[in-house]
Amino acid sequence: MAIPDYLEKIGPFTYRIAKSHHSGMRVDGVVYADERLIEQADRDKALEQVVNVAFLPGIVKASYAMPDIHWGYGFPIGGVAATSLKDGVISPGGVGFDISCGVRLMRTNLTVSEVQPYFNLLMQELARNIPKGVGSRGKIKVGHREMEKLMTEGVEWAVRAGYGWPEDLDFIEERGCLKGANPEKVTPRAFERGKDQPGTLGAGNHFIEIQEVVETYDEKIANVLGLFRKQIVVMVHSGSRGVGHQICTDYLKVMDQAVRKYGFSLPDRQLACAPINSPEGKDYFAAMACAVNYALTNRHCLSHWIRESFEKTFKKSASSLGLHLVYDVSHNIAKIEEHQVNGERVTLCVHRKGATRAFGPGHPDLPEKYREVGQPVIIPGDMGTASYVLVGTERGEKEAFASTCHGAGRVMSRSQAKRQIRGDVLKRELESKGIVIMAGHMALLAEEAPDAYKDVSQVVDVCEGAGLSKKVAKMRPLGVLKG
Amino acid sequence: MKKFKYFNHTADIGLEAYGGETKEVFENAARGLFNLIVEPGEVELKEEVEVRVEAGDIEALLVEWLNELLYLFETKKMVFKDFQIEEISETALKAKAKGEKVKSNHEIKTQIKACTYHLLKVEKKNKTWHAKVIFDV
Repeated sequence: MAIPDYLEKIGPFTYRIAKSHHSGMRVDGVVYADERLIEQADRDKALEQVVNVAFLPGIVKASYAMPDIHWGYGFPIGGVAATSLKDGVISPGGVGFDISCGVRLMRTNLTVSEVQPYFNLLMQELARNIPKGVGSRGKIKVGHREMEKLMTEGVEWAVRAGYGWPEDLDFIEERGCLKGANPEKVTPRAFERGKDQPGTLGAGNHFIEIQEVVETYDEKIANVLGLFRKQIVVMVHSGSRGVGHQICTDYLKVMDQAVRKYGFSLPDRQLACAPINSPEGKDYFAAMACAVNYALTNRHCLSHWIRESFEKTFKKSASSLGLHLVYDVSHNIAKIEEHQVNGERVTLCVHRKGATRAFGPGHPDLPEKYREVGQPVIIPGDMGTASYVLVGTERGEKEAFASTCHGAGRVMSRSQAKRQIRGDVLKRELESKGIVIMAGHMALLAEEAPDAYKDVSQVVDVCEGAGLSKKVAKMRPLGVLKG
Repeated sequence: MKKFKYFNHTADIGLEAYGGETKEVFENAARGLFNLIVEPGEVELKEEVEVRVEAGDIEALLVEWLNELLYLFETKKMVFKDFQIEEISETALKAKAKGEKVKSNHEIKTQIKACTYHLLKVEKKNKTWHAKVIFDV
């Protein structure tokens, strides 16, 4: 397969779609990939979506795509777009339905051999303790008033309610609370969907994994992050559940009308947007921030039960087991950030749809402990191969607004995966590799099969090659808990 | 005539529904949606919910209708298999959805987050109405 001729190779891992490619494009498109990843992206509508995003009013520099790019709705998954606060727009389609879906990594001071004898017990305990599955209801019920506080305060609310530790806040983006949240901009429907879901894993590609660190690429940085070979770590992948889905649904309707009101012309209705400074734009940001805080709290409550499950299994306190938070990142989000554009420091609204923020060393938003090494980026792979910890780089800050990939990225549709792969066969295959699988539903398991994803190692290598981020550690899955 | 079929999307699921008139294509789209969530054979017709939605045009109305059913599934914990559109215009509809509360023996097959506007179409081709939507999974 050939590379489409409208793509110009401008670096070893960088392709450009010039804005002259389509009259509606306001900026270039830039895709970070190698030949194989570009060919995969060309098989569906992902590259067309990079072009479509370049139509957004007020977009700055370029419409970017990370190496795990694939066909989404509106934005491609792996898409990054920054818009000017002066004359730019904010688009719910650039964030997605699962607002602040993200990943966190917790470390332990345990090694594989220490955990092995208790491993099945630990997995059973987690399966019992973690609410999961489609429409799962949690153990935390919050009334309207409490929900307003949760949405405004984020993880601080959870810590006050007895979930997690105060020190955790340092290791979550925005210290666990995105400012600007206003629950008055959230509809009663979103409240209704969220009231029994804080601290629930959900279904689909969300999971909790017990992993082993199998490789460290930079001893010094790994040491700062508290990671070492043969160490047991825990990864959590979840989001804002029904609250985020409903807020996105509600505001797409508002934006659909705003597009007409402000006279925008867009190539895809799902890209609907409004000026950031318009009433519609401000309201969406205030509601989105509520969903972000909900998602951060959700992952935080899940961590609490993970700590509980370890305590019960090993009959030791979570702190003596060293169950600290390494970091928590969101990969579906819009944030107000300062970046250097044409030699000037400007404030922008950065949309990351299936992409992760990756601040380089010295960034003032990083916790003291990590300031010298850069922001940790947690990359979940598929359940059969590997996951990674990366850090942001100085060069990455100059490339795509300090962004890098968010995962492996799909290559196979869900129905194709279900046709080709049987859940129970896959489970046995993974088990023969020593991976314990706890899944509610075999068909759902097949949809998430390793073969349905790109090679995550190739994706992170391209990120490193393009200078977006740097590899620190590689983990392999030992136990997977899915909805 | 086929009521609906699915088409491949890398990350999500596409649905095409058909009908002789708009009422029918909307009913079939709802069937296509719930067929992803639960086996229709497992659902008994025990309860009925009235649904009313409004939107700016017929395509947005389809998104509203399907999202309303997803909202009822998640908040009322109900699965549906029978849908009757009683009144429909370009911008509003009134319908009845029949089904029951989710039971322990229902196997929930897929989590659908929402119905999107991406590649959205409701159009008449050769005397048949076609609807096309993509669900975020």
